[in-house]
Amino acid sequence: MDAKAIHDALVGRFGEKILSADLEAVSPFAVVATEAIVEVAEFCKSDSALAMDNLMCLSGVDYPKEEPPRMEVVYHLYSYTHHHTFALKVHLPRENPAVATVERLWGVANFHERECWDMFGIVFAGHSDMRRILLPDDWEGHPLRKDWEDPEYYNGMHVKPTEQMAERAMGGEAIGVGPFDFTPPNANVETE
Amino acid sequence: MSSTGFAPPPGDTWDYDALDTDEMILQMGPQHPATHGVLRVELRTDGEVVRAARPHIGYLHRCFEKHAENVDYPGVMPYADRMDYVASMGNTLGFALAVEKLAGIETSPYVNTIRVIVAELQRIASHCVAIGTYAMDIGAFTPFLHLLRDREKILDLFEWTCGARLLYNYNWVGGMSHDLPDGFARATRDLLREFDAVTYPELVDLIITNKIFIKRLADVGVCSTELAISYDLTGPNLRGSGLARDLRKDAPYCGYENYDFEIPVGDGRFGPLGSCLDRTWVRVVEMQESSKIIHQALNRLEKMEKTDVHETVPRRVKPPKGEVYCRSEAPRGQLGYYVVSDGGVNPYRVKVKSPCFTALSVFHHMAKGMMIADVVALIGSFDIVLGEIDR
Amino acid sequence: MSEVKGFIQNKFPDNLVFTTADEIINWGRKNSLWAMTFGLACCAIEMMAAGATRYDWDRFGVIPRATPRQSDLMIVAGTVTLKMATRVKRLYEQMAEPKYVISMGSCANNGGPYWRHGYHVLKGVDEVIPVDIYVPGCPPRPEALLYGIMKLQERIQEDRVTRKRGLTVGSLAGATLDGAADGAK
Repeated sequence: MDAKAIHDALVGRFGEKILSADLEAVSPFAVVATEAIVEVAEFCKSDSALAMDNLMCLSGVDYPKEEPPRMEVVYHLYSYTHHHTFALKVHLPRENPAVATVERLWGVANFHERECWDMFGIVFAGHSDMRRILLPDDWEGHPLRKDWEDPEYYNGMHVKPTEQMAERAMGGEAIGVGPFDFTPPNANVETE
Repeated sequence: MSSTGFAPPPGDTWDYDALDTDEMILQMGPQHPATHGVLRVELRTDGEVVRAARPHIGYLHRCFEKHAENVDYPGVMPYADRMDYVASMGNTLGFALAVEKLAGIETSPYVNTIRVIVAELQRIASHCVAIGTYAMDIGAFTPFLHLLRDREKILDLFEWTCGARLLYNYNWVGGMSHDLPDGFARATRDLLREFDAVTYPELVDLIITNKIFIKRLADVGVCSTELAISYDLTGPNLRGSGLARDLRKDAPYCGYENYDFEIPVGDGRFGPLGSCLDRTWVRVVEMQESSKIIHQALNRLEKMEKTDVHETVPRRVKPPKGEVYCRSEAPRGQLGYYVVSDGGVNPYRVKVKSPCFTALSVFHHMAKGMMIADVVALIGSFDIVLGEIDR
Repeated sequence: MSEVKGFIQNKFPDNLVFTTADEIINWGRKNSLWAMTFGLACCAIEMMAAGATRYDWDRFGVIPRATPRQSDLMIVAGTVTLKMATRVKRLYEQMAEPKYVISMGSCANNGGPYWRHGYHVLKGVDEVIPVDIYVPGCPPRPEALLYGIMKLQERIQEDRVTRKRGLTVGSLAGATLDGAADGAK
């Protein structure tokens, strides 16, 4: 089935809940109302004409400069039986974004949604294990948001590149192995 | 039989079930010789049997996606290389294909043939590392040395072509960084001649049909096809579970439809279908198929007209506003790039779907009930590379 | 071997060797560096290649040991992330003296290609542990790692074991051997 036929099947079943679509795009997608995503996804998976039994990728994207500012969660679906792909999107507000989990349909969504929470702060309601996956558990903030600023320190370790390194690199100096402005750990150790 | 499956020898009348045992939480990793990288597996074991396993990743999270938003499209290539560092031609190929699809750039058949050759050589090299280190985890040290020696020959070819041994930055958006040197075809044919005659039969005889190997792996880590599809296992992991799906056949790119090769599928010949042995067996046979493809590609290369590999490389990569999800068949599975462009010189968002990330998501399912040594075998059979998982 | 003063050094050929305790202890230490291979990322693959047949490091006496308790040398190969940094420190502390650290690759040296936007990358493993030798490269060739090991061997040879020590003398610290080493009493 091509993208138009898939879109027609979805609109035929869900009508108003398919908010918009872009079928001319390189990877066609349809925007689904946030509260309906689980039933639409369930339909995509179980309907015999669509049979999208594989969730290829689940990503979050942050659009702070669009009108209205939003975050998106994009679900790329694929069918092993019919060999067609399609993408579903949900638009979420940038403050307290939340959407229901699809982990009961595709087991792989467990990991993908944890990563989305970790990087963007999007809460997936009903997820069995909503905690950080890539960053440490005591990390503050969600780095892939567009308004992310590197903190100075994390537990005593520099996070932002030090001014010294940045100046030297941007000034065209080739930083190599050599005497850094760096006192070795044993420089001031008194001998016994 | 007690709850752990232990059966006391006949004549022994001690009441083992009355023993007050407890479960132990054991941390495997992040520094461990057999976890193929910085993976931490938290095991809850009852004696030697694992009751629950939880993988913890993120120890190699190097912020690829943040870098991709802050450097321009050609500048993302070296970062893409460093994700799956064992098979870096596959990563750059995937990104190049995605951006070319988005920007509408068509590469010439000559460039496509070069891409196929290096991708398949990389597949052989990557499987050498995978099987070599896997055999080392199982306990056989010699295959590691032999396979790494053969991999060095492939790396020699790559170094001759583009100057680097491991992280090449060879596939560019719209072309390649260097053309193949003169004599490359002959050198590759020599390498493959030795591979087909010596290395591959040795691999089959000594490792994959080895009785100890089979006994160790044939019943371990069985993954059914439904579980594999639900948890998005792809590549050799999926083919080991019996489903013959390969992107090079299903959704061909770079001219793969012109080559004649087969898809090896696990068939449960030594044990249940979908075991560790099936996945490893698929990898071994894939090396042979890759060799076939390279022979055909070299024949085509000699007959086709050479074009400049920089001909279709744009001076400024500025795809129009839009997004694309492009998949390619990396040695570890389907590598997917979701590239969102806002019309500028830097990508707006690049999300990478790494095949090992999804393979690890099924890990907790399969590790229940196996012994700790089998957990090692299971991790190795998925052929994970933490750089790709953590990006 | 470097020149050591002493009036009976090398005076008797063949079956009688006179040397100093420092010399012989350092010679033993430098030629059997058991490495705890802390392979983290891409440099780990080059480290594996350095251990494999073509660039064999066993001929230098380097054997890979997985456990810190039994190793002398820690080769930090690859990017150290903030999540991993505490573990690096803990493993370093679990090693027994004398212990040496080689920082392999640009990521371990100073954050590497991820220095600018890598919010989770430690800008150099020397933020958490003291490093003896820095091997540059991304990734460094196996020969570069072997060169780094050889430089470390030179440095170990010039170490002072039996005398009171100040700064360890070695090619990178730049001090000289004849008593003018800073801090040596």
